[in-house]
Amino acid sequence: MAINPEFAGKTFPPTEPYQVSREKLREFADAIGDTNPVYRSPAAAQEAGYPDVIAPPTFPIVISVASSSKALADPGLNLNYAMVVHGEQRFEYSRPIVAGDVVTAQSTITSIRDVGSLSMMTTTTEIRTVDGEHVCTAHSTLVERGS
Amino acid sequence: MSDQVSYDSLEVGAELAEVSYPATRLSLVMYCGASGDFNPIHWNERIAKSVGLPDVIAHGMFTMAQAGRYVTDWAGPEAIVVEFGVRFSAPVVVPDDNSGASIIVSGKVEQKLDDNKVALALTAKSDGTKVLSRARAVVKLP
Repeated sequence: MAINPEFAGKTFPPTEPYQVSREKLREFADAIGDTNPVYRSPAAAQEAGYPDVIAPPTFPIVISVASSSKALADPGLNLNYAMVVHGEQRFEYSRPIVAGDVVTAQSTITSIRDVGSLSMMTTTTEIRTVDGEHVCTAHSTLVERGS
Repeated sequence: MSDQVSYDSLEVGAELAEVSYPATRLSLVMYCGASGDFNPIHWNERIAKSVGLPDVIAHGMFTMAQAGRYVTDWAGPEAIVVEFGVRFSAPVVVPDDNSGASIIVSGKVEQKLDDNKVALALTAKSDGTKVLSRARAVVKLP
């Protein structure tokens, strides 16, 4: 059975605030093998014009998945997670995430459509500081293979 | 990290040097922990094969992260990534040996936009297969 098309257009409540720490950013940079000092050294980040260490460009996925996975777990959506692959990913940034940011993420299912034996779902997740400043928008396409 | 690239020094069509990034089983285990994505197809060969994959595969976002690293290393510390998108066209298969897989990223200057922004068209391959398609980053340069 395919993904429930009635969920297209549904917006989910924002997540609890997520506090971005220097240690998490360093852990993420280590995991992707990126030795850039702006992800680890506050002095290097300040020299590049930032108040503290910044996040690599793909780090917002950690925050956006925390938001969208809650939405995707809704049993009414009928998503078979074992059959899901990541089709596309795109980020639009107002600025890099900086250590010390406290952000929330809010996801909307923007479309659900069937293409042959595949179901494709796109989600848009807005990441903002708790003060409302836009930081990043993440667009994801998930593909559920027919079972 | 490379030197700072300036907007004025770039020409549309200019090719960027390709860079090879390793993806080992250890990288994937570290990425599971850092990202919170513990899908067993990224660390368990038995389960990966049971769902029809040739072996353990890298997280798509790990591969995208290597392309991101390519962009930021090329663009230099004063550059700001404004937009970054990819399509995952094939998985990066990571064998259980000492060297793992290689993700080879290349790029070219696709467009010079206003406000000191440039669009880069990126290519990522592993084992001769294109693993990212329609990969594009927009970077604001000094």
